[in-house]
Amino acid sequence: MADGTAAEMNAVSEMTAAQVFAEPGAPVLVFDHVGLAFDEKVVLRDVSFTLLKGHTKIILGASGSGKSTSLKIITGLLKADAGVVWVNGRRVDQLTEREMMAVRADLGLIFQEGALFDSLTVRENVGYKLYEESDMPIADVDRRVEEVLGFVGMLDHIDKMPSALSGGQRRRVAIARAMAFKPRILLYDEATTGLDPITALTVNDEIIKLRDLEGVSSIIVTHQLRDAFYVATHSATREPDGAVRIVRATSEKEREAEFVMLKEGLIVFEGDADALRRTTDPYIQSFLS
Amino acid sequence: MPSFVENWLKSAALEVQEYVRLVVAAMRGVVSRPIYRHDIIEQLDVIGIGSLTVVLLTGLFTGMAITAQSGLTLDQFGARAVVGRLVGASMIKELGPVLTALMLTGRIGSGIAAELGSMMVTDQINALRALGTDPIRKLVVPRMIAGFLMTPVLTVISDFVGITGGWIVSRFQLQVNTGLYWSSVRDGLYLQDVYGMGLVKPFVFGFIIVTVACHVGMRTSGGTAGVGKATTVAVVASSVLVIAADFFLNQILLTLLY
Repeated sequence: MADGTAAEMNAVSEMTAAQVFAEPGAPVLVFDHVGLAFDEKVVLRDVSFTLLKGHTKIILGASGSGKSTSLKIITGLLKADAGVVWVNGRRVDQLTEREMMAVRADLGLIFQEGALFDSLTVRENVGYKLYEESDMPIADVDRRVEEVLGFVGMLDHIDKMPSALSGGQRRRVAIARAMAFKPRILLYDEATTGLDPITALTVNDEIIKLRDLEGVSSIIVTHQLRDAFYVATHSATREPDGAVRIVRATSEKEREAEFVMLKEGLIVFEGDADALRRTTDPYIQSFLS
Repeated sequence: MPSFVENWLKSAALEVQEYVRLVVAAMRGVVSRPIYRHDIIEQLDVIGIGSLTVVLLTGLFTGMAITAQSGLTLDQFGARAVVGRLVGASMIKELGPVLTALMLTGRIGSGIAAELGSMMVTDQINALRALGTDPIRKLVVPRMIAGFLMTPVLTVISDFVGITGGWIVSRFQLQVNTGLYWSSVRDGLYLQDVYGMGLVKPFVFGFIIVTVACHVGMRTSGGTAGVGKATTVAVVASSVLVIAADFFLNQILLTLLY
């Protein structure tokens, strides 16, 4: 038994970092005792959580509870005052803006209002990173752009300007832009806020498809409980004929989606959908009701 | 009261610090990769070709107005024939560079502040960063290069059109002979006037207009109201800085060149 454990440990120690992070359930993102304050206002206090490969972390909380700030710290758009942040095994909280660019190659961020570039078409928005920041041939970029726009059902709008799109269409283009360069982690900042229920469902389906069919690890920041539970309790499957179906997730799959609730910069709950439903905490109860 | 002064001084020092940081980062962006050539060409067109009409009209009417006014004054000394000397020197040394810069402040400075400000408040600047693009290299460097290069070009055009406007008024209103007017223009200028006063100033003014507008735009916050405020601040600050820089450049160039 001891020999077996030692052999396993040797095998693990001989793996490269890339191999470790390619393993299912590897910790692709670690938030370790992170704190941030703007002057007197404390935004995050001692916040810690871990996102595992292929899993979903849903960050809930009222406006101003520090949800979006967490995503900005992960992508290096803001620097934390305290704590450590790891992305794909690399400590990012002390990196310079230039060093951070390499980390961002594996992170896709979907902003609250889409943040599409006004002066570029849908095609140019979605392919922005590949056109501007990569050596990929133009024909290959065009093909990839059409592929991801097809994935989110926006191929017919490829030559439109963002101003000609509805709110839901803008979010879907934003998702396509974030996934175009195939990041392994996607961060959604209020992706469904302000959308009607039908459009929100479409966006939620895209999130589920990316997670289950493309193997993307996701952090979803929202205060839309219905959308959060939908993403946590459904999964995507591809039928033999190639069609994609969104079905009720198995209980094992459900447990891969973890909820984190923030209140005034503090984590007040962490657990799966079932645990969240059963909690007796008055604040969370009032949030759920 | 002391706390008000202290806060004002702190915020002024912070603005200067951030401005210097932006300029240094942009300078570094000019000499290192990646360089967004397509954006530089686009900005040369927007700032250069796009400002041509306003610069032509400003130069023409300024030259005409100053000629008409100078003619009246010079008549008191019986010196109408040297009106070209006054118009040429005024346009090339002072009015051409300053008025072109002020027109560009209104047109380019406000546009840049509003554009970058809107991008800032709608998270587009953060989106650029998240997609691995340095916004200073992508947005500030092309505008800085274009402003620095196109302001002198536009100033030379404004000078020429202004002096030509002066010729129209002096020929048809003041009845000054054409040959006399143009030889007077030439006689009234030293070489230092042209390359010193006429060309050094626009480079500095172009740099000020664009870098101030970029700095203000990139520090915009507070939604659409913030964008409006940023635009106003960019125009007012650039205009004052251009006029102040004109005075100090005059002092420096007069000491060095004459």
